Amino acid sequence: MIQFSEVSKRYHGGNEALANVSFSVEHGEMVFLTGPSGAGKSTLLKLLALIERPSRGQIIVNGQNLAGIRRRRIPHYRRQVGVVFQDHKLLHDRPVFDNVALPLTISGVPYNEIPRRVGAALELVGLLHKERALPVQLSTGEQQRVGIARAVISRPPILIADEPTGNLDPELSYEVMHLFQRLNQVGITVLVASHDHNLIRRLGERFISLRAGHLVPPELSGDTHAGA
Amino acid sequence: MPARDSGAQLNRRTLGQRLRAYLHHHRLTLLRGFTQLGQHPLATFMTVAVIGIALALPAGALVLVNNARGLSAGWQGTARLSLFLKTSVSDAAVQQLAEQVRAHAGVASVQVISAQQSLADFQQRSGFNDTLSLLGNNPLPAVLVIQPTPEASTPAAARALAQSFAALPQVDQVRMDVQWLKRLQAILALLHRGVLSVAVLLAIAVVLIVGNTIRLEIENRRAEIEVSKLLGATDRFIRRPFLYHGAWYGVTGGVLAWILVLIGLALMGGPVGRLASLYSSHFSLSGLGVDGVLDLLVSGIVLGWLGSWLAVARHLRAIEPT
Repeated sequence: MIQFSEVSKRYHGGNEALANVSFSVEHGEMVFLTGPSGAGKSTLLKLLALIERPSRGQIIVNGQNLAGIRRRRIPHYRRQVGVVFQDHKLLHDRPVFDNVALPLTISGVPYNEIPRRVGAALELVGLLHKERALPVQLSTGEQQRVGIARAVISRPPILIADEPTGNLDPELSYEVMHLFQRLNQVGITVLVASHDHNLIRRLGERFISLRAGHLVPPELSGDTHAGA
Repeated sequence: MPARDSGAQLNRRTLGQRLRAYLHHHRLTLLRGFTQLGQHPLATFMTVAVIGIALALPAGALVLVNNARGLSAGWQGTARLSLFLKTSVSDAAVQQLAEQVRAHAGVASVQVISAQQSLADFQQRSGFNDTLSLLGNNPLPAVLVIQPTPEASTPAAARALAQSFAALPQVDQVRMDVQWLKRLQAILALLHRGVLSVAVLLAIAVVLIVGNTIRLEIENRRAEIEVSKLLGATDRFIRRPFLYHGAWYGVTGGVLAWILVLIGLALMGGPVGRLASLYSSHFSLSGLGVDGVLDLLVSGIVLGWLGSWLAVARHLRAIEPT
């Protein structure tokens, strides 16, 4: 589903964020991306969302070589990848319903389908009753769940999340991660970047470690299937 | 629970459904653009006022020039010929000639001003009473003032008429009272051209004003644009609300310009009526007319659209998610 082959990313000024990274994530898999801050986790996810382009190497997502996607086609590519952000990136001037409905409006879903699908997505994250609330009226954990509802409402085959629990306490973090597991169980390929090792071990999924832009070989990062 | 078959879902949707969704989004954006005008009333009012004034100035000036042109075209029909007769022609011969001219084709009426009458008028108006009485005989000729029929009032026909009268032996000189009209019309054409040039400059000003307003709007909604791009919004989708917003500014400015022109005409209506009555004319100012109002609104929309297009083309691309 996701395949990185010898991918490097060097920013202007010579700082190398990723060096020769190769790995693959199978269809329907759930994988964590770990490593200290500055290891290149965010850069890797930006490459997946086509916010950045790699300096070298090849990325294939859902059968498409990202190097072959021109600027004009980027929007259509991004609709296949749901993204959850650490800072949620909700629009604060409109209620939860409109925030969650945004991807549907963007991709031109018939408007009479929208309320039903927004309802389903909000029910999934347990916030159906907050439909009319403004984002500022919600707790951080609730805002993050709205962000997740927005990321999955257009039923993308791939979901990526950048430190989705960065601002949450351990209990809420576990709940959010568990929600990703449930989404993975219905067939979405999930890639979550997180530096919270304890949490990842508790969840028992496969993980990939990055350190200073390099992939840490599995034998050095300990058991790749922490819980298994 | 969401299933992961978005590709299949999209294909299953019929073209009609997608078209309806597309049109629905257009309608929604159009209406939202209007409600956005009310969100910052003062700022909106100032922008709309500038656009309204910029459109009202050339529109009002064009209305005035067109009124003047209509009025002078009306005068063309009353072009008159004055036949100055030789002083040797006797009073009886003058009357006889008047009958002859009256029977001429193309002549609607003839007014006879005898030599004595001319002198009396002149004495009364000039105040040279004493000087004139020193002269032994009347130096002024008799004059026949000819009103051509409407068919003979075109410049060419009136000139032909003048030539045929000039050939008469009793006639000293023929004067056509149309030269000053031609000059007036040339001046009006010049004014018209001048107003159009100013209109072009003001139209450019409107485009720049709307462009600048939309640029600020884009800055204010940076976060929304970034998020929309991350969620897969196309450039068109992101552009659309700004273009509608610009068009709303334009059309609202057009309506304001219309109102301003109406007020201006109403203020001028009274004095113009009094002036017309002094010339015993029933002239009254005509307004923009349906065509004029439509032109005003359409140019507002087009200029607003154009202004926001410029802003969007320049600034939207620069906003990319990071």
